[in-house]
Amino acid sequence: MTGNRILAMIVKELWAVLRDPRGRIMLIVPPLLQLILFSAAATLEVKNVTIGVWNRDGGPASVEFINQLAGSRNISRIISITSEDALRSGIDDQKLIAVVIFDERFSRDVAARRPATILAILDGRRSNTAQIVAGYLGTVAANTGASIRPTLVQGGRSIVTNWFNPNLDYLWFIMPSLVVTICSLSALSITVQSVARERELGTFDQLMVSPLRLHEILIGKMTPPFLIGLFNATVYLIVIPLFYGVPFTGSLLLFYLAAAASLLAIIGVGMAVSSIARTQQQAFLGMFLVTVPMTLLSGFAAPVDNMPSWLRLIAELNPQKHFLVVSEGLFLKGMPASAVFAELWPLLPIAAVTLAASTFLFRLRME
Amino acid sequence: MSAAFDPRRMRAMLAKEFTQIARDPSTLLIAFVLPILLIFLFGYGVNLDTARTSIALSRQDDGEAARSLAGAFQQSRWFDVREVGTIGSLKTALIAGKVRGIVVIPDGFSRAAAAGGGDIQVITDGSMPNSAGFVSGYADGVRATWAAGRAAERGERPRGGPAIDVDNRYWFNPALASRYFLVPGAIAIVMTMIGSLLTALVIAREWERGTMEAIMATPIGMGEFMISKVIPYFVLGIGSMTVCTVLAIGVFGVPLRGSPLALLAIASAFLVPALGLGLLISAATKNQFVASQIALLTAFLPGLLLSGFLFEIGSMPGWVQAITYLVPARYLIPPLETVFVAGDNWRLFLPNIGALLGFGAVFFTLAIRVNRRRIA
Repeated sequence: MTGNRILAMIVKELWAVLRDPRGRIMLIVPPLLQLILFSAAATLEVKNVTIGVWNRDGGPASVEFINQLAGSRNISRIISITSEDALRSGIDDQKLIAVVIFDERFSRDVAARRPATILAILDGRRSNTAQIVAGYLGTVAANTGASIRPTLVQGGRSIVTNWFNPNLDYLWFIMPSLVVTICSLSALSITVQSVARERELGTFDQLMVSPLRLHEILIGKMTPPFLIGLFNATVYLIVIPLFYGVPFTGSLLLFYLAAAASLLAIIGVGMAVSSIARTQQQAFLGMFLVTVPMTLLSGFAAPVDNMPSWLRLIAELNPQKHFLVVSEGLFLKGMPASAVFAELWPLLPIAAVTLAASTFLFRLRME
Repeated sequence: MSAAFDPRRMRAMLAKEFTQIARDPSTLLIAFVLPILLIFLFGYGVNLDTARTSIALSRQDDGEAARSLAGAFQQSRWFDVREVGTIGSLKTALIAGKVRGIVVIPDGFSRAAAAGGGDIQVITDGSMPNSAGFVSGYADGVRATWAAGRAAERGERPRGGPAIDVDNRYWFNPALASRYFLVPGAIAIVMTMIGSLLTALVIAREWERGTMEAIMATPIGMGEFMISKVIPYFVLGIGSMTVCTVLAIGVFGVPLRGSPLALLAIASAFLVPALGLGLLISAATKNQFVASQIALLTAFLPGLLLSGFLFEIGSMPGWVQAITYLVPARYLIPPLETVFVAGDNWRLFLPNIGALLGFGAVFFTLAIRVNRRRIA
């Protein structure tokens, strides 16, 4: 009975993964630890900033600006600077992310309604942070201007509404992407070990002489990572809305469909790596070689839109990229089935290719 | 195992380790192919610089002013107007992720603009907070520039407007290229990988295969043993750091404003705790799979998340900030960024190098202890 044989193979493979207590812990702890670490560390806000102020003006306008600056909730300390040397060492030694300089004419210019300019020196080593701080300074300047010189006539404005994530909470972006990364990573790390371990232990030959047929072996080896990937996704699916308050607005069925489709494609990749590798170590390194680009090109680290067009094309072949779009969509945007399918269909040819390639490479190994 | 130190034995051990590395394709793969791949990925794939963003436009007013503003959006170099229609139809594009925002020029805009006002509505895709902030900021910029231009045409002074201007000067990186910090950060990751991950894996394999016991049975001393294990990976780490640096400068135009000597000193100092951690993990686990997972969790992930490379340490909650002090990579990122982009600054380098060597001493002491216990 082929059904029984496949079942026996699946049970055997699950045992191989779950038997070692350390291995068991390693399946659960890293994903949870990553969840905690990411939720705590990943932030786009820049808080607790220390800014230097070199006030060569001392007039009322500069004092008002400094008061506004001190009141800004992301700026925790203001340090007075009085010399070129202090400015240079403050920035060079990364004690200050920015120094604001008022020249002698500043308050007089403001009083006379001439254009008044503040010079801000920012640490370009951390260009992203510096730009965000520059944004804070711009807001403080606008507020100071408004409080000193209220305008009577209101000009046009842009009224901004952020759909799907009204407060632009970065956690709401991170969490749905993390589901994708963890789900793929846990499945991949098990898949790559499956063939390589048997080869290293010498049990691969035993498998070959068993009555199992090729497809039975492959199904047996691919099912445990598939199940464990789905298991981790499920844990996250429960934990994220419950503990982190990120809403899940779409259909669960569609989510599992997306997870299953991308897992198939990813497990195909993992199986191919495992068949090529001669040792567990090579398998692990091969996995690393595959995971890092897949994660970086998924849209998790930086938007796919920002990539050069040739790289965007490669990103389209990345199963994680499609899963990520759908995951973000189903968590936050209530993505309808039509949009989900439009994003998911490329996963089918990708999965077909990776699974076929892994079968081919596995067969090659057998001979 | 004896405590004696014999240069000839040492040389023989080193020769053995180097041969082992040279014959193992996977070691060379991780030491040279993966670093190059990483540098290219961080150089091309992880681009945090704001590119042209796709938006949709919904113009509900037929007046001249509304059409003129719509034209301004269409010609803006910040935006690529992909779709035009009603909000209802554009919502589908926003959900599918085809556009990152919708600019709505509402009914009655032209009349309001003639009276000196004229509000627009900007709807962003909040599921990508970064792009959302960009869309709302730049959409308002396009509107304000357009309004100022119209006012100037009519010979009026712009209403409102900023009374106080901030002139931002970005030192070291005036063009604000994100690769200036991403590429050095990738080098830090590469060194973490070689120092901790690769070392942990290779030595755990020796334990697994029992070749470690064979070495232990020889008269080699603990000091010789440690040195013979560490030096080849140290050389490998410096080698791939050099390859990455050449690529960073040659391909990605990241400057090396500091001296190569300073870079070498910083990289060497970081490899000490990285290698120590690798040795410690391998000795404590003796199992490749577990060693690889622990190395990922204790070296790779903290290096990526808690080092200040991608996320600001100052913005993290207090308890996470406290943890970052225990992450060696935290002391690598500031000097590494500085030596590339700013130049030599030993006031910044020395305390960090000191901290790295301190961690190295702790890890090596622990590794020696664990090894001793294993043998006894």
